[in-house]
Parts: sequence; structure tokens; C-alpha cells
Amino acid sequence: MKARIGHIASNTFREAVRDRVLYNLIAFALLMSGAAILVGQISIDIERLVVVNLGLTAVSLFGVVIAIFIGIGLVSKEIEKKTLYTVLSRPVRRWEFIVGKFFGLAGTLAVNTFFMAIGVFAALLYVSHQFQASDGWILVALYFIVLQFLIVTSLALLFSSFSSPLLSAVFAFSLFIIGSFAEDLRGFAAMAHGLGRWLATGAAYLVPNLSALNVINSVAHAQPVSSQLILANSVYALLYAGMALCGAVLIFERRDLK
Amino acid sequence: MRLTRFQPIAISAACNVFGNGENRRSKPGRSRLAYNCGVERGSSSAGSFGASSHLISGMAAIEILGLEKIYSVGFWRKTPKCALKPLDLRVEEGEIFGFLGPNGAGKTTTLKLLMGLVFPTSGTAKILGREIDDPVVKAQIGFLPEQPYFYDYLTARELLEYYAELSGVDAGVRSAKVRQVLDRVGLHDAANLQLRKFSKGMLQRAGIAQAIVHDPKLLFFDEPMSGLDPMGRREVRDLMEELKREGKTVFFSTHILSDAEALCDRVAIIHQGELKGVGAVAELTSSVAGQVEVAWRGGAVPASLKSLVIESHVAGEMVRALISEDKQDAMLDGLRREGLRIISLTPVRSSLEEYYLRRVQPSMASAGARS
Repeated sequence: MKARIGHIASNTFREAVRDRVLYNLIAFALLMSGAAILVGQISIDIERLVVVNLGLTAVSLFGVVIAIFIGIGLVSKEIEKKTLYTVLSRPVRRWEFIVGKFFGLAGTLAVNTFFMAIGVFAALLYVSHQFQASDGWILVALYFIVLQFLIVTSLALLFSSFSSPLLSAVFAFSLFIIGSFAEDLRGFAAMAHGLGRWLATGAAYLVPNLSALNVINSVAHAQPVSSQLILANSVYALLYAGMALCGAVLIFERRDLK
Repeated sequence: MRLTRFQPIAISAACNVFGNGENRRSKPGRSRLAYNCGVERGSSSAGSFGASSHLISGMAAIEILGLEKIYSVGFWRKTPKCALKPLDLRVEEGEIFGFLGPNGAGKTTTLKLLMGLVFPTSGTAKILGREIDDPVVKAQIGFLPEQPYFYDYLTARELLEYYAELSGVDAGVRSAKVRQVLDRVGLHDAANLQLRKFSKGMLQRAGIAQAIVHDPKLLFFDEPMSGLDPMGRREVRDLMEELKREGKTVFFSTHILSDAEALCDRVAIIHQGELKGVGAVAELTSSVAGQVEVAWRGGAVPASLKSLVIESHVAGEMVRALISEDKQDAMLDGLRREGLRIISLTPVRSSLEEYYLRRVQPSMASAGARS
């Protein structure tokens, strides 16, 4: 079982690499180089703030775009091209296929994020000339970004398991946008009354709370991240991604592959 | 009925051929109605020929009981569409079984049901005596889909290694196995070429290679000769015969009847989701019309025998006449009386194509009448 999941995951990773997904790193490297040079020339005492903000936001956006646009095709493309037929006619359970695909894309995003993180730290070193102890919190922000990727990937897989790539992209991207403002949505729900309050509260807790996973601004200001938040976010992201993955498996287990 | 083959055989032997074309029902006792597809189970028009159809004891390679598939089509108002009417079929171990039918007949649906890719509306199927979703069974089957498309970013070697891994082939023998299969399908020189650079014929070979890489007992090929040139078709046919000699069971769908006639031990004919006939190829193509062809030397049909002849053909001294089976004794006596030299008496053998058209055309005609 583990071996089959591992084989599917490594094949998914290999597909992403050979389909030149990691070429986005070139665009990211150019962005960070340009930003570092520009910020170094025009900013006064806020170089670090700008580079960290810009760098981590770019890491997040690049990764989310990859998670959505590869995630939505993970299942539907395999059905459309019939490559799934020769996989599922082997001793591979449908849930193993979904979980393998998830880990394959998650692995791709982790490797992508690793190289982007090197880019962020290189740009930071260029503008600051030396690292500070508080720069370590950037690693926590990057960890939270990876947790966001896990959630977005699992949602893309969930939508991919029952709808077309286009609709899956729309659903996943909408949830990413709404989830980025989940805290605001919860605030709005608290102010609402009657049925609206119930509906808004339900919606606020249903969408992924990606805003809680965004600590870019605080680490850019060299503020620490509490260990309770790290633990809570880890548990929340893993549970949310796990539930979305379970949903994808439940739907896919019953789906006719016409 | 056209005369399709001229096969001189002994008169006594020829007489024994007749009378075995009985239209046995596959499951005489079954009569449960399957309302959705509008057919009565056990009373379909499927002809079952010969003892080989359902009477062989022992474990079947494939055993299908009342397998039925109805899809819901449409977006808002779903309407049922019957892709496969309740199907009963048994395929024995070690045989090459052809599943014939025109495009859209339900062949691929049946294969998808057996592969667990779609779920049946009703009915069951067993492969090698086990449920079709049993991983033990899945490790023992190989599947080649119609017009296969594989991970084109992989090389042929990587593709086969991936499939071998998924099928649980031991790491110790995996590379050797892959090499051996690549040699077998003639892709040795293209082993390190990405599949996106493969021609259609090469892709079909890769498809066959992935189906056999784990040395399965039972192979399912969906239109394996589709799109291949004559040489490619010949190679696939040879491979299937080799697989049979190795003791494997091959179940393949096709609409190319000559391939089925050349390869199959038994065939089933399906049309509009309904089984129309099943039996050994030799039985299906044996005399079913009760006609024989008599050949003699003489130059013409004697006037006294003209009333017995349905159709005749004269070529020089040789006369060939088609007569009804029940009039063969009278014809032979008449020819002897006339002092003519009888060359042969041959039962009229229809081709598989003729059998197929007989089975398929009535429903095509009724479909045409409905529309």
C-alpha cells in the first residue's frame, strides 16, 4: 500500500518536473533579483521589510497558482487521457491513487518552496548584508505557506474528483480568495443577526482559514510567532486538508470513469 | 447464403456436421425481468452454440452473471441510457475469446465493468474465481485500453517500470522483466525514448508491453489491432497466440472479424448492449443453413435434377450446385443414375462475417424502423 502510494507520488512529481513546472523558479529568481536591486536603491531602512513581504507573498502566490492549476488536472486529466485505466486495472485502490497524487503535488510544492526560500534569503542578504536572529521567523512563515499549499491542493483535488478542470479552477481559486479573508468573514458573522448569523458563521468556518496561516506581515516586522499558533495552525491545516482529501476519496470511490 | 469456402471432405463426415446448430439458451431457467433495459433475462436472442459455451466445469477465467449498466445522461433532467443489457458470459481458462460488435455496441463498457472502472447497475462478475475488485485478481490481469495514451513524459522503460511497481513485481527482477518485455514487443531500441515521440504503432506496442509486464494470467485487450498496419496486426496476432500457448487467457474486443476468425477459440457477439450470440468459431461458421454444395463433372445440371438445385455454377466440365441438405441423398442418387462423376459434397460454411451480420442486422433493421 505505502509502496504504491509512493510510486504514484513520485510519478506525479516526475511529471511536474518534466512538464517544466519548476521553470517558475526562473521567473521567481528574476523577480527577487530585480526587487532586491530596486529596493536597495530606493528604500531607506525598509529594505528588509519590502524584500520579506514581497518575497513571501510571491512564494505564496506562485505556489497557490501551481497547486490549483496542477491540482485540478490531477484526476480529470488522467480520466480524459485514459491513463487512469491502466493504473486502476492494477492492484491500486482508488484512495491510494488520490493520496499518491496529493503527496506527489505536495512534494513538488515543497521542493519549489525550498528553492524559492533560498531566493528570498539571498535577496535578504543582498539588501541587509547580514542575517538577523529574527530572520528565523521567515522559516515559520514559509512553513505556514506550505500548510496553505496542502489545503489548496486538497481542495483542488476534491473539486477535480467530480467536476471539470475549469469549474475546479474557479471553485479552488474562489475558496483561496475567500479563505484569505476568513478572519474578516468570521468578524462579519459575529455582527450579523438571526438566520444570516447562522449562515455567515457556517460559511466562515467551512472555508479554509488561510488568513490565520498568513504571518508574512508580522515576520516582515521581525515579530515572533507563538508556538501555540504554530501548533494550532499545523493541526488545523492537516485536519482541513485531510478532510478535503477524504471528501475527494469518497466521491472518487463512487465515480464511473466513462 | 453465399458459397464461401470450397472444402472437399468425405461425404459421410460431411453428413455428421449438420444438426448441431441448436439455439440453446444460456440459462434456460432464468426469467427475471430487467425492466430498465426492456429485456427479459434468459430469453434474449443470443444463440449459444455447442457444448463449449456454458457446460464446461471447473473455474472460469471470467464469469459474468446478469451484468448490466445504465448511465444517467443529461445535465438537469437525467435520463437513463442502457449501455449494457443483462449479460451472462463465461470465458474458460486458456482460451482466446473474441468480443465482437460494432462501435457503440457495449464492448468497452463491458471491459470497463470488468476492470472496475465503472460500476454495474446490477449483476456480478468474477475473474479467476474472485470478485473483480480483489487486489489478488488485479495482480493477475493485464489490460490494454482502446487507443491507449500513456504518460508521454516517461520513456518506454520508465513506463514499464512504473506499471511493474504498481503491479507488485519484485524490485530484484523488475529491470530484467522490463528489458525482456521491451524485447518481446520490439521496443528494445526505443527503450529510452519518451513516449511523446512514439508513433501510433509504437504506442500500441507499449500498451501491450504494459499489459504483460507483470506476467498476468488473464489479458483484456480492447481493440488491440485498431489503427495498426497489416504488419503490426500480424505481430499482435502472433503475440496473442504465443500468450495462449503460454497458458494465458486472452479476452479481446474487436470489430475486425477476420482477426477474430483467425485467432479466437470462441467469440461472443454484442450489439446495442445485448448479447446476440456466443460460441466456438468453428461452430458458428459451420453449416447453419442446412445447405450443401455438390460438385461433379458433367458440364450442366441434368434436367431431371434441376428441381433439386437452388443455385448452380458451371466452369468448364465442373458443375457446382447448391442444394438443400434434405435433398442431398436424392441429388447423389440422381447424379449416379445419370452416370456423372461426383467430386465432392461439402457442407456450406458461412463465414464469421455472415454469422455476425445475421445476428446484428435484424436489430439494426428494427432500430432503423424505430427512428
